[in-house]
Amino acid sequence: MSENLDIDHSVVFVRRLEYLNFVQTLRSQGFEMCADLTAVDYLEFKERSLPKDVEAQRFEVVVNLLSLSKGKRLRVRVQIPDDDPWIDSIFREYPGSEAMEREVFDLFGIVFKGHPDLTRILMPEGWEGHPLRKDYAPGRVPVQFKEVKRTR
Amino acid sequence: MTKGQKRMEVSEGELDLFVNETSEGPQELLPKQGTPLEEFYVEEGYVLRVPEGEGVDLDEVDFDSIPEDETMIINMGPQHPSTHGVLRIMMELDGETILRSKPVIGYLHTGMEKTAEMLTFMQGSTNVTRMDYLSPLNNELVYSMAVESLMDLEIPPRATWIRMLMSELNRISSHIMWMATNGMDLGSTSMMIYGFRERELILGFLEKVTGLRMNHNYIRPGGVAADLPDGWYDDVEAICETIPFRVEEYQELLTGQPIFRERVEGVGVMTQEQALALSATGPILRATGVPWDLRKTMPYLYYDQVDFDVIVGSVGDTYDRYSVRLNEILESVRIVEQVVEKMPTGEYKTLDRKVTPPPRARIDESMEALIHHFKLHTEGYRVPAGENYVAIESPRGELGCYIVSSGENRPYRVHVRAPSFVNLQSLPVMLHGGLIADSVAVISSVDPVMGEVDR
Repeated sequence: MSENLDIDHSVVFVRRLEYLNFVQTLRSQGFEMCADLTAVDYLEFKERSLPKDVEAQRFEVVVNLLSLSKGKRLRVRVQIPDDDPWIDSIFREYPGSEAMEREVFDLFGIVFKGHPDLTRILMPEGWEGHPLRKDYAPGRVPVQFKEVKRTR
Repeated sequence: MTKGQKRMEVSEGELDLFVNETSEGPQELLPKQGTPLEEFYVEEGYVLRVPEGEGVDLDEVDFDSIPEDETMIINMGPQHPSTHGVLRIMMELDGETILRSKPVIGYLHTGMEKTAEMLTFMQGSTNVTRMDYLSPLNNELVYSMAVESLMDLEIPPRATWIRMLMSELNRISSHIMWMATNGMDLGSTSMMIYGFRERELILGFLEKVTGLRMNHNYIRPGGVAADLPDGWYDDVEAICETIPFRVEEYQELLTGQPIFRERVEGVGVMTQEQALALSATGPILRATGVPWDLRKTMPYLYYDQVDFDVIVGSVGDTYDRYSVRLNEILESVRIVEQVVEKMPTGEYKTLDRKVTPPPRARIDESMEALIHHFKLHTEGYRVPAGENYVAIESPRGELGCYIVSSGENRPYRVHVRAPSFVNLQSLPVMLHGGLIADSVAVISSVDPVMGEVDR
């Protein structure tokens, strides 16, 4: 990654290992805000179009950065493999990403290294599985209402 | 490894960024813009990092052995009338002063993003409209815009102007609703009654147009569901005449009232840097003095053709957030007046029959119309594969929709960037150092809508 990034397109693909450095560079170049951070599980949509040098993986973390001074948005897409789903946390660059990273961890099971409090945020603390993964079947967890007396 | 040790390890790796020899300890050598808030967190400890489910059995506590200066962690909510739903806040208290706090959410989580993957693009707007139940039309708008951006769909000018009209009216009703609940939190029951009265005025109009008071499903990909009804002009005119007059009343009731000012001035202060770093948007960010309003800075619809001001505050306290919202009501009225003037005639939805169903009357006459209607309502339309992020300014801040389509008739993934969800992160910063009695005012000033937070 060169120091002076000339960004005229709104989507950038970054490798997982370069991600943190890249975001740090963007932070110093006037992208003041992390507007959004989310992920997509591409388990059932493998033939998506990607640039040639990007190897498609199961997960993709999508970070929306916003530059208020330039009035620009930039979407950073990072491929995350299935067998080892981790990525660096950008909490130190953008503290506002804290809840969003927790949400992605909760719903996709992607581990954010360096996050101060990586716990479930939307699901209960003892929940098993990550609901927004495509192989997570809704209704798989049996809900049993114990000791409900039948009235009829 | 505990969390504390982890943090130490991180800061050791970063030590080359610091100068260790100052009289006040290590200091950072970065430009101010690049200073992460982590340092503030570590030093002042805004955010409480404790597990959410831990409890103490009072019978096992030896009260004599508790030191005098021990802090106490209490829960506010999730069932508390002033938390605007099911927000729970864990607060660490030193006497009556809040030291650290942690918003605990998820009590209303219904998996709407997962549900959206199972609904067709056409059904999707019924789903998203239930997220932010105080400004449902904005949710529908951002979803529809995201779908349209993937399809490269042009929508007719009248539909766009109707969308603007409806979303601005919705903004007024949402802000008025906030004024009402905020007034109630601070003990002004009259404000609550007034607020609900004015909101009903607008909801009455929305009901006339869409058929429902809330959860309208009115703005859909391709346009809007129905044209404005006869006599809409008079209704909107009545709203535009009434609201500024009523806002005057609020000014008298709240703004000019010493008791109200005492409760909100200087409470829950947040600086510009903090708001930016914590990704706060909407009235919270503007109250700190950043003139960032997506309607102005990244115009969508026809917001570049109307004249309005972006309201900013200066201090970033609860009072600023109050007055930003109050004045935004008047700005929205200004926009609505201009929209009414500029409203063109024409179609209210795109005539592309692959996207919007034909009018009811055509179905009786035309076989083709019947087929289109049937196909649309059973299978739905297919959206070309792609992904996009679209953001609009909702009453609470940047409302974004990240949508991925795999070329099917259902979205592959729908993510909604909910402003309340992100804005809640700024609560610990605002609450820090304040009194527990003020927390009610601060929570209210963030304007969280829990349906949107938990989705």
